[in-house]
Amino acid sequence: MSAAVASTPAASTGSDRWLRYRRYLPPLLIVVLWQIAASAGLIPTRTLASPAMIAGTFAELISSGELPRHLLVSLGRVTTGLGIGVVVGTTFALIAGLSRRGEDLLDATLQMLRTLPFLALVPLFILWFGIGETPKIALVALGTMFPIYLTLFAGIRGVDAKLIEAGGTLGLSRREQVFHIVLPGALPSALVGLRYALGVAWLSLVVAEQINADSGIGFLVMTARDFLRTDIILVGLIVYAILGLSADQIVRVLERQVLAWRPSFLKD
Amino acid sequence: MNAHPALAARQHPVVQVSNLVRSFGRGPNILDGLDLTIRAGEFVALLGRSGSGKSTLLRTLAGLDTAPAGTVTVPAERAVVFQEPRLIPWKRVWANVALGLRTPDARERAIAALSEVGLSHRLEAWPLTLSGGEAQRAALARALVREPKLLLLDEPFAALDALTRLKTQGLVASLWRAHRPAVLLVTHDVDEALLLADRVLVLDQGRIGFDLHVNLERPRHHAQPAFATLRSRLLRELGVEEENPEEPVEELRAPTRSRAPAASSRRLEDAVWSASADALARS
Repeated sequence: MSAAVASTPAASTGSDRWLRYRRYLPPLLIVVLWQIAASAGLIPTRTLASPAMIAGTFAELISSGELPRHLLVSLGRVTTGLGIGVVVGTTFALIAGLSRRGEDLLDATLQMLRTLPFLALVPLFILWFGIGETPKIALVALGTMFPIYLTLFAGIRGVDAKLIEAGGTLGLSRREQVFHIVLPGALPSALVGLRYALGVAWLSLVVAEQINADSGIGFLVMTARDFLRTDIILVGLIVYAILGLSADQIVRVLERQVLAWRPSFLKD
Repeated sequence: MNAHPALAARQHPVVQVSNLVRSFGRGPNILDGLDLTIRAGEFVALLGRSGSGKSTLLRTLAGLDTAPAGTVTVPAERAVVFQEPRLIPWKRVWANVALGLRTPDARERAIAALSEVGLSHRLEAWPLTLSGGEAQRAALARALVREPKLLLLDEPFAALDALTRLKTQGLVASLWRAHRPAVLLVTHDVDEALLLADRVLVLDQGRIGFDLHVNLERPRHHAQPAFATLRSRLLRELGVEEENPEEPVEELRAPTRSRAPAASSRRLEDAVWSASADALARS
């Protein structure tokens, strides 16, 4: 029996690998067709640069140090804004989640503000904070605060009351119940919020950097538009995509570490 | 001879409840002037129909129900095992057992308790990987590691499959013999109550309506004739009429002894025949 069981995966490894990579063929094919069409002159460079051009520009921007410089500025804005958003969102969620009085104080206001499309605040932010770094960071912070607040608040309130009750019968103080039961129990939900916040952070950054910026990926893209450089615009888009994917990957790794107790991770 | 129930009954009370009244909202009183005494080391099973207030009484003794009227005296050292194991999923099994222990040797004590329930190989496991029986045994270890004077069991076997239930009942019996806490076991299961308890109480209309001393020899078996008789008696008390009751139960009724009987409760004592070693020892 064991021999038969062992032979099954070995026999199917080849076709498994084929099945796994097969799905990357269509996008690859599109890139190839795109390159052929561009080389044949079917797509004007003003409309869309060819893949080869984009790759060349990418390499050039990296070696000249231009891309790394703008990238660092953008990363700085995102981390600062996200940091502020996470701290403020977490603080509000703890206040509102752990006490009724805190909920009465904060929740209605935050729920109302949440429904506002926060990008519509850009004009107001420019009036308040000028056109320097502050409105850009503030926009990222505001955008990321809500997902953190909402998911952590819901997570805290969603913790199984039976576990908290059991903690009480084990002689845990209120503070210990929060530390051992409520906060770890709210973590899965809060991490979903963090992932969502990362997406919002990049989105806010794109918008913020297209208004009166003199550095950052957004600035690079806007300048390229003025010179009809679709290759640089596409490099900017690719950088945004890579940043978004890496941020998501970091949270996945984090989840795997801190949520190791969950059945979905137990099998690995 | 420490295991002698009559001896245990003579010891000092650890739980004293008098005139306990509890209602929810504007509903009728779930508990209505209830009196209850549990002595040190005594194993008491509490039966009652659904909604009779069994769990409310247990929660009151556990300190989880804070709004009752009446006098309730319970020891500070008490522990609860619920129907669900209620292990904290993000703490490893040993850390669950050690939770709330404030001595430096908490981990060693937790490991010892887990060995006692046969889980020494699962110390580092995540609770969600345990089987139902293992999880409930971990919950028992978590309760016993606190060395409670009163152990409250709220239908702890109800969610287990039949075989696991039997094994876990045996485990509870041996843990009780080894540690001698007073136990209040809330259950729906008449057999379970008769297998484990010194006294079986029936909660009815908010009071202890029936108080049965079970002087059967341990370990007990369903096959004992006395067991079957007591079983029929309890089932009738719970409003279940069997098709073929094996014995006319009224003959069993013995005169009430003077040993602190609750005013409202009828007592069925010494309902066991002299074949029991307990009875021999007493005479």
